[in-house]
Amino acid sequence: MTVVAPALDPRVRTALSELLLTMADDEFVSGFTDSEWTGIAPILEEDVAMSSISQDELGHARALYELLATVRDDGRDADAIAYDREPAQYRHARLLDHIRGDWADTIARRFLYELADEARLASIGPGYPPLADLVAKLRREERYHRMHVTVWIDRLANGGSDARGRLARALDALAEDAATVFTPLSGEPELRRVGILSRPLIEAEAAWRADLTSILVPLGLPVPPAAATVRGRTEHSEAFRWLWGEFTNVRRSDPGAVW
Amino acid sequence: MIALQPAPRAAARVDAAAVRGLLETVHDPEIPTISIVDLGIVERIAVTEAAIEVDLLPTFVGCPALEVIKGSVIEALSPLGRETHVTFTWSVPWTSERISARGRERLAASGFAPPDEPADVRCPYCQSAKVAMDSAFGPTACRSLFYCRDCRQPFEAFKPI
Repeated sequence: MTVVAPALDPRVRTALSELLLTMADDEFVSGFTDSEWTGIAPILEEDVAMSSISQDELGHARALYELLATVRDDGRDADAIAYDREPAQYRHARLLDHIRGDWADTIARRFLYELADEARLASIGPGYPPLADLVAKLRREERYHRMHVTVWIDRLANGGSDARGRLARALDALAEDAATVFTPLSGEPELRRVGILSRPLIEAEAAWRADLTSILVPLGLPVPPAAATVRGRTEHSEAFRWLWGEFTNVRRSDPGAVW
Repeated sequence: MIALQPAPRAAARVDAAAVRGLLETVHDPEIPTISIVDLGIVERIAVTEAAIEVDLLPTFVGCPALEVIKGSVIEALSPLGRETHVTFTWSVPWTSERISARGRERLAASGFAPPDEPADVRCPYCQSAKVAMDSAFGPTACRSLFYCRDCRQPFEAFKPI
């Protein structure tokens, strides 16, 4: 995707780069984790659906990394940003740092993340037109992901004691990290000032919490507590180090190769 | 057997209409029944003495066919003898409403239901409304899986987006 970056004030450039990296890393790690289901999902339609959703998320990550490459303009392209970092340099939310787990773990994680991503995308203002244009496009696609995961939340919650029990345990295990998509950004005041963010992330988190509540409470499932310990975006798990080894394996096997 | 397009005579005018005419021969490899013009992804054509510029709108952000389409456009326009620049842009979101009436007819004729909200989807084989969505996700990002309860055929429908 060719994007000519409008001239940016250095402080805005730094703040925008931080935001884009968090958004791109979230979509990238989520896409890779869920692509683990390709070939082994519980039913054929779900194999196709989860593969398609993962492909969407990786495509969104690519578009965001490409935009980040134009904003930084330091010679690193989208692939270099996506693959040529050490695990500690990734900035995805801790929520996405968990192993794939069973189907209930995956649905619980996707549910918390999709609704958080939706609230974040709804917070992107017109301040940087190339990002606003891309976000308008992403939101049209994400509505299918929301539809998919909310159907599954309902199905597992009403699907007998084993399914319901697994879903409840999965939501409980993720509760501590649920809100980490909204980890404060150091450049947030700058992003607010120039209209790249149209509302503070804390307001986006409140909107997300209201959204979760409207779905979980009627199903009799607990909403993750607001005072959860926030491990943020910098502390990564062993599960992520394993995933990193997988998704960088081909790239590291022959650095600089042209595929 | 695919017939090659006859190359235009050297004297042919190189203008936006000529470019559009050649783009009618280019297809998305995942939706070979309609051209990229009927698919509505051709957003802008500009012709100068030096070059031809074509701006395209991806149907889905993660569409893996983009590079193939770009290569097909450059190849299709090569008879015009000008340098060709193909750019993908999000400045206008592609929506399924951009598919032309002819495009919708051709999709239906080849067994794809054109994009409609699920309640409005009709079987492309027997036009029945007694259809059920099996899955919102199909073999490519832009298609869903349906089943017709009347003629008992599975079929694919373009996702409205």
